[in-house]
Amino acid sequence: MKKRMQKTEKNVILTGVGGQGNVLASRALAGMLVDAGYVVTIGETFGMSQRGGSVMSHLRISPDEVKSPQIPKGRADIVIGLEPVEALRVLAVYGNPSTVVLSNNRPVYPIGVITGELSYPSMEVIRAEFQRLSASSRMIDATGAALEMGNPVLSNVIMIGALAQTGLLPIDRKMFEKEMNKTLSADKLAVNLKAFDAGVALMK
Amino acid sequence: MSKLLVPASSKVLFLGNEAIARGALEAGVSVAAAYPGTPSSEVIESLASVARERNVYVEWSVNEKVALEVAAAASFAGLRSIAVMKQNGVNVASDFLLHLTASGTRGGLVLVSCEDPGALSSVNEGESRYFARMLEIPLLEPADFQEAKDLTKWAFELSEVIGNVVMLRSVTRMSHASGNVLCGKLPARSRRAAFRYDGPIMDSQAGPMISTPVVAKHLLHQDKLQDAVALFEKSPFNRYTGPARPDLLIVTASACSLYAHEAVEMLAVEKRVGILKLATTWPLPPKLLTRHLQAAKKILIVEEVLPFLEESVKILAAGLSADIRKKPHFGKLDGTLPQAGELNPDLVAAAIGKILKVKLQKLPASYAAEAAKASALVPVREQTFCAGCPHRASFWNIHNAIALDGRDGFVCGDIGCYSMAALSPATGYSTMPTLHSMGSGTGLASGFAKLAPFGLDKPILTVCGDSTFYHAVIPALINAQHNRADITFIVLDNAGTAMTGFQPHPGLPVSAVKETVPAVDIEAICRAIGAEVEVSDPFDLDRTSKILTRFLSEKGRLKVLILRQACALSPEKKGKKRFEVAVDETLCVGEACGCNRLCTRIFRCPGLTWDRTKKKAVIDEVICAGCGVCALICPQKAIVKTDLSVSPS
Repeated sequence: MKKRMQKTEKNVILTGVGGQGNVLASRALAGMLVDAGYVVTIGETFGMSQRGGSVMSHLRISPDEVKSPQIPKGRADIVIGLEPVEALRVLAVYGNPSTVVLSNNRPVYPIGVITGELSYPSMEVIRAEFQRLSASSRMIDATGAALEMGNPVLSNVIMIGALAQTGLLPIDRKMFEKEMNKTLSADKLAVNLKAFDAGVALMK
Repeated sequence: MSKLLVPASSKVLFLGNEAIARGALEAGVSVAAAYPGTPSSEVIESLASVARERNVYVEWSVNEKVALEVAAAASFAGLRSIAVMKQNGVNVASDFLLHLTASGTRGGLVLVSCEDPGALSSVNEGESRYFARMLEIPLLEPADFQEAKDLTKWAFELSEVIGNVVMLRSVTRMSHASGNVLCGKLPARSRRAAFRYDGPIMDSQAGPMISTPVVAKHLLHQDKLQDAVALFEKSPFNRYTGPARPDLLIVTASACSLYAHEAVEMLAVEKRVGILKLATTWPLPPKLLTRHLQAAKKILIVEEVLPFLEESVKILAAGLSADIRKKPHFGKLDGTLPQAGELNPDLVAAAIGKILKVKLQKLPASYAAEAAKASALVPVREQTFCAGCPHRASFWNIHNAIALDGRDGFVCGDIGCYSMAALSPATGYSTMPTLHSMGSGTGLASGFAKLAPFGLDKPILTVCGDSTFYHAVIPALINAQHNRADITFIVLDNAGTAMTGFQPHPGLPVSAVKETVPAVDIEAICRAIGAEVEVSDPFDLDRTSKILTRFLSEKGRLKVLILRQACALSPEKKGKKRFEVAVDETLCVGEACGCNRLCTRIFRCPGLTWDRTKKKAVIDEVICAGCGVCALICPQKAIVKTDLSVSPS
């Protein structure tokens, strides 16, 4: 089903920790939206900044215009967290009262937390902060679902499935399948579709 | 079919670097050479992926200077060629570049420099734009993805018009950003190579390719540059948007023009501010600039890193009417914009707001206060070696050997993932106090080793990666051997150019286009230089530390240790665990052990964490890569590893 073009611009930030598949998820989302006729700009950094560090992709979705690859502070419409404190880190800088948050609930502990020098907020605290700083928020166990499928890195695709289910962006399973079909072999495509469906199921 | 080869009129999502690669293909590029470096590597990776289909010769060269030389040879033979590098790569290539711009070129030659304002993936904020001015070659800067493609294509044509190198500068936010690109036609045929050198010395097409007679050729070179200026005056890539007589004229280029557009929108000052987006940033087209400077009341120059464009505009304005000279010029020099670091829409909006006295609409104060409270809850995420990274084990060995030796030895660092040992000292167990350019660790070590007679008598160690070894270390190593520098030189050989994405290097039997090629052996080179060489697996802590301890105690010569273990993220290793690792809770005695939590406080692997309730170490199964090294360091033997490569029979 071809969805109606949205007239307004949307700013989406995908965030997580290096190695979680942030870049692939943002490209998959962008690819679907370009095919749907939008002008999409993705801003991201990779290379040294991703070695165990925080990563973030800025997605600008516009009906007609190339946007700055960096979203201005306080102007994110949607924050997708592959890791919960990373979602909070981003929300505190780029969020506003109408931002929507969708986050994985599985922590990846920073070294400072592992050594005991820093503390990692509890899920209850993170959830409360999400609620204070957003119009609506949702946390799902994407890594848990991915581990059930045998590969934790699938959590990024599970998050895309969950995002599709929110209806916040004009994307659906067919578009995802078409996008994955461009690069993946048949068996990998099947695994990714399964992960997408798992994401959808987590939102029901 | 590769996305890079889509037919004309297709609209696709391209990474900035892919757009540059497509532009080169549309221009009919025949030869492409580069040394990997973030954020430039994807240009060559993209071209390598379609090399066969498009009949392009693509190589990863040993370093940037050689890459430019390889590209220049193609140009001399009439082919179009491209050399790609990151900002500091231009420094490496600059000696040849100086002579190349003096001899001139034939087939279009484009030098692409992808720079890193803010040093997001660099240890410098280097600028190559000044090379364009110093060497008198045109500088082009794309401002979006479409332009990254179109401008690259045009750069080849321009290079042939002026018979010289054209420099195209991108930045991280362009090279590593993505956007829609409408593709053009790919040429049906490739050129044939022919190198003529039998003509008169001043004949740029048929004479020898040399820089002499220097003065005569220099004058010719400068003359040709004026042809570029004439084209720049009418170039559709230079665009103005805004009112005819703006209160404020923004002169900008590259990703900064997107920030400027966004900032103007954020402040809703479209009726007062005009933006002159330049794609041809050196030499500036004087007539175009004069017209816009004339029409505006005030001028703001928006650019990243050094005030290159600002200086150029001011130099131009100095020769114009008093009316223009008197107009206030804002930018980096007067502090309106930050003098270092990358820009973003917020910083540009703040600058415009300050000049026009317009306030940016802010979030409600209560929200901002809540956001600040939330930020305070978020722990810093320090960069570190990945779980299973061989460098962690290597530095563990190095640290322990230095500690055993007891004379406060130290390591001179070099460029690669292992730079993290200097950038985040606890990650390298505080062993690495210096970090500069590629190969400079060995040169510095060679120098430090000569300071004993002056009172600095310590063991001197240095490290370099396998790719770095070939790029710039060999001369420094020869220097150390020839001058009897007592250093322990350690190659952290992780079987690829890991930092930038596993590009092959001369030590591997595979080329950029996946052909089998001769591998050049590091061990054999070191032996040929005359050094004593040992090879070890850094995961073998016992053997590695024995070698290191011996090396540190044996004075007076160059000693080489090659530590071989593939990167944890390498395609052959990724996702495959060698060991299943677990903590035996009955053996881990936690804080009571007396080891000061060696595993989680000192070793610092992200896959090995601390259970705050049980007060014991625990393996994070999602993060752990199964290298098994932590099992070797636990004094209680509480970390247990099971070899997964041995099938239970």
